[in-house]
Amino acid sequence: MGNAQESNQYELTVNDSRYVISGAWLGESLLYVLRERLGLYGSKNACEQGECGSCSVMMDDVLVCSCLVLAANAEGREIKTIESVADGSQLSDVQEAFIDTGAIQCGFCTPGLLVTIHDFLASNPEPEESEIKEAISGNLCRCTGYGRIVEAVQLVSIRRSERDT
Amino acid sequence: MSLLEEGIASAAGVGVSATRPDGKEKARGDFLFSNDLSSEDMLWGQTLRSPYPSAKIRKIDFSQALAMDGVHAILTADDVPGENIFGLEHPDQPVLAFDLVRYVGEPVAIVAANHPEVAKKAADAIYVDYEELDPLVNSQKAIKAAPIHPEGNIIRHLVIKHGDPDAIGNIIVEGEYEVGMQDQAFLGTESGIAFPSADGGVDLHISTQWLHSDKDQVASALNLPDDLVRVTLAGVGGAFGGREDVSMHVHLCMLAMHTGRPVKMVYDRNESFLGHVHRHPAKIWFRHSADESGLLVKVEAKVVLDGGAYASTTSAVLANACCFSVGPYRVPNAVIEGWGVRTNNPPCGAMRGFGNVQTCFAAEAQMDKLAKALSLDPVEFRLLNALETGDTLITGQEITGTAPVKEVLTSLAEYPLPEPIKSGLLDLPGGTGRTTDKSHVKRGVGYAASIKNLMFSEGFDDFSEARCIISDGEVLIKSACVEVGQGFVTLVGQIVEETLGITDATILPVDTSIGSAGSTSASRQTWMSGGAVLKACEAVVNALIIDLSSENGVAYDKSGLNLVSKDGSHSIDIATALQGRNYDEHVTHRHKRTFPLDHNGQGNAHVSFAFAAHRAVVDVDEELGLVRVVEIATSQDVGRVLNPVQARGQIEGGIAQGLGLALLEDLVLNNGKILNANFTDYLLPTSMDIPPIKIASLIEQSEPGAPFGAKGIGEPPVISSTPAIISAVRNATGKKLNRVPIKPEDLVF
Repeated sequence: MGNAQESNQYELTVNDSRYVISGAWLGESLLYVLRERLGLYGSKNACEQGECGSCSVMMDDVLVCSCLVLAANAEGREIKTIESVADGSQLSDVQEAFIDTGAIQCGFCTPGLLVTIHDFLASNPEPEESEIKEAISGNLCRCTGYGRIVEAVQLVSIRRSERDT
Repeated sequence: MSLLEEGIASAAGVGVSATRPDGKEKARGDFLFSNDLSSEDMLWGQTLRSPYPSAKIRKIDFSQALAMDGVHAILTADDVPGENIFGLEHPDQPVLAFDLVRYVGEPVAIVAANHPEVAKKAADAIYVDYEELDPLVNSQKAIKAAPIHPEGNIIRHLVIKHGDPDAIGNIIVEGEYEVGMQDQAFLGTESGIAFPSADGGVDLHISTQWLHSDKDQVASALNLPDDLVRVTLAGVGGAFGGREDVSMHVHLCMLAMHTGRPVKMVYDRNESFLGHVHRHPAKIWFRHSADESGLLVKVEAKVVLDGGAYASTTSAVLANACCFSVGPYRVPNAVIEGWGVRTNNPPCGAMRGFGNVQTCFAAEAQMDKLAKALSLDPVEFRLLNALETGDTLITGQEITGTAPVKEVLTSLAEYPLPEPIKSGLLDLPGGTGRTTDKSHVKRGVGYAASIKNLMFSEGFDDFSEARCIISDGEVLIKSACVEVGQGFVTLVGQIVEETLGITDATILPVDTSIGSAGSTSASRQTWMSGGAVLKACEAVVNALIIDLSSENGVAYDKSGLNLVSKDGSHSIDIATALQGRNYDEHVTHRHKRTFPLDHNGQGNAHVSFAFAAHRAVVDVDEELGLVRVVEIATSQDVGRVLNPVQARGQIEGGIAQGLGLALLEDLVLNNGKILNANFTDYLLPTSMDIPPIKIASLIEQSEPGAPFGAKGIGEPPVISSTPAIISAVRNATGKKLNRVPIKPEDLVF
């Protein structure tokens, strides 16, 4: 906060890059630091109280709401954000499926959902529809009514099984 | 049929499921929403808002706040350079309150600081000496209560008298209904950034629905000439009506111009609930009568909409609520009286469905009651009275366009019902909470139908401008049409491909350097700005034909995507012919003229109408008050489907919001203060709440005068889905359920 007594220095590891955060107020959330200090604006701030999932990131392979994590407490953790989901210019299969099925409208919830769904499909590659709905129930979407999003996950599951056989 | 069954479309042009041009950026997280913008040397803005629904401001002292480290500016009403008043339809709201505050959340002062937390602390440190007044929070009492605003409490009083006021049918049903306050709850909260410019003006980048309306209101408040206020669209995280009004726009510009630095502001979720208008809560009385054959004879209604402290779009919302109060039915005699009033509740304005939602909920309940009184099937009764082309609305306007009300109802009723009640863990109300078993669950089925006017009404000069620029065969489209997620950007590419045979049109920055495209609302942009883009592309083709004809000394005609000389000797496709050429065609597109309503609420006030019907199937545990929506089926009058996947997306998303109003979404007020202004307590539907949505039929009857024959599709899904769900719950339980959203106690007691 521009107040020397509250300033400190800490390191974050985000998408395999290390960042030194200095001169920052220690009350800043991981979401704020990702966005406003590191310029990683893909994680979104829709509720900032852990209800909407728009800020979802992986922290040591665990799905978390980055709005509920103090950035300084994330020191030493491996943070993965939406910016790490594509491989360079190559979109992930979930990202492709979102475009193909019309799962994106305004797109504000999209990054959080993509992080959530990648995590979900890693542990449940051939989910039932009810399992998909439960997996994304912590991610609010106001545009789509979720139908195209569920279909995107189903499409990924089908494409992955076709690819593997 | 789902996309998985249809296969993924790869073709383009109008009518196919082209994918979004911004999809890749949005999927990568690279798409810049308005809150993702930043600048070197940027400050953060914060708004201090009234904690009281009604109070006099005796004194504001911000000396301590201004002295805080990192604080650069604190501005109040004294600092508004121009008119300290704004409003979407009519200016009646202060940019910053000066003598009185009239609702909880009214802006009083604004702060710029070097960090958002500093700005918040500084706002908290501003001392405002308020003298609290008794708030007026009852909309019905507001009609006769002492005025809370210099313009009085009645924003609009509208009477519609049609046919014989003394007519009455033998079968009479009556009811009182109430609709709660719903919020648009777009995920991307209000945000933007303003840059002071060297010419003494300001550049505002903001998420909005209507750039030119914003520009006009900002220029007036800043006392700047029109050309010194430039508004550019920043990425919009949903809108649904809630971004039609000015929110932080003037505040941002004031802070930027005062400090000489870029200023960014982002409302948090709580402030977003306070900082935009909501859906009007409504109190509605209806008396319907029919003859013994089941034909409607007369409808009488009184409608009170709570506009909150300032007018916003209350006048137009009331017009919709009254003009379409009787639904998509032939009603020979009607007396409808409506009031849109001011209270000290939060201001209300546009939300998807715009007035039609409120009266549709009540009128469809009445239609069910009448069907029961007549011992008729609810669908059969609606079919008996369904509007057709050539029929007259209660406003005296003849429907000259398409009106496939019978088709939507019939196709919906023919669609198969879902399987009987299942007993799986996730199939019963309460889900994995395992609170009930199958023997306690009742199934209900309900139908509802709706009418929605498309585009702006009552004589408004509604237009959209567009330019089609050809630069060496490359297509650039310029329009101020706002993309809020609905897919206009996709449609632009489809129109260009359809008319010029060229893929990959570039959409130029959306800003006020071209004339207005009007608002992205009222289901109007496909018709208005889609129409403008279509005309601009056609103008290019016409210019090309003239050039080709003169170059080759022979007249050319258009044949599909080819240009063929009249003597048949030359033929070239448009895309090839455009190579190496440059054009810039600028057009304005208007819909047919509309007229004001007269003193009896009669007149050709509306342009076109879209119809929809919904069928809900619910399972209810009455003892616990739990409702599970099993399935919603719908048929909709769409004119023509321009993009099947995007059409489905609008329908599914709209129905989800209709379900929210039926069962979940209610801003709870206590003495004018919202008690649940956050996503923990204001319940939005999650993926677990939304059932399978089945499209029984999309009725494609080309609408005369509409580009491609297409009707807007965004609003109908919201309107009749709510009453269909409540009808189904009534069908299961026999409860009255006269207020939405319904609550568990409405079912238990």
